[in-house]
Amino acid sequence: MIIKLSVEAFDPFDEVKRFQEQQAGLAGAIGATSIFIGTMRDFNDGDSVVSMSLEYYPGMTERQLEMIVTEAIERWAVLNVLVVHRVGDISPGDPIVLVVVETSHRGDAFDACRFIMEALKSKAPFWKKEQLASQTSRWVENNSKGYAP
Amino acid sequence: MSIRVRYFASLKESLGCDGVELSCARPLTVQQVWSQATGQISLPDNILVAVNMAYVDQAVEITDGDEVAFFPPVTGG
Repeated sequence: MIIKLSVEAFDPFDEVKRFQEQQAGLAGAIGATSIFIGTMRDFNDGDSVVSMSLEYYPGMTERQLEMIVTEAIERWAVLNVLVVHRVGDISPGDPIVLVVVETSHRGDAFDACRFIMEALKSKAPFWKKEQLASQTSRWVENNSKGYAP
Repeated sequence: MSIRVRYFASLKESLGCDGVELSCARPLTVQQVWSQATGQISLPDNILVAVNMAYVDQAVEITDGDEVAFFPPVTGG
């Protein structure tokens, strides 16, 4: 399990490549890799969003992410997991979160990846503040259910 | 007895500070920590509480050296 918080912009595809290279020993066992990339939109709740800042709780955020991934590893036949999450100032189009789940079979990869994302959304202490095109800012109060409204 | 109280995100902004140190003579409930720290009577329903970086329910007892964090619903990902 690798969990990283990044104040710098990251390239999710470079992260996946590095993750796979680091564990060449697992190569023959891996039959499925599920990858989720969340990126920042330039709109939310009907408004144009020009940038965003992501606050977190140093120590607790990492701990919650570890607990979430540990639960996924206990529930599904997971070989390895990578989670990368941005913090700090973010621009539209920037990747915010990357979840990579490696398993032997696709069902476990899809299910564990979805579980990790949903648990992260509801339990990991991150908070988004949006800067709007109208020169105002606002805290995002709740995460969406994951489908278009 | 010393308790460290921390606030995050919109709660930090609305209270105007990121936390406070409390000293008290005996263990406190989460509600008592909230009231003593903020001067507000009741903890809003939507506020989440963590003690020593783990989520807790409001029945937990807060003791010497604990870090109690109050924050709004999380919005990462």
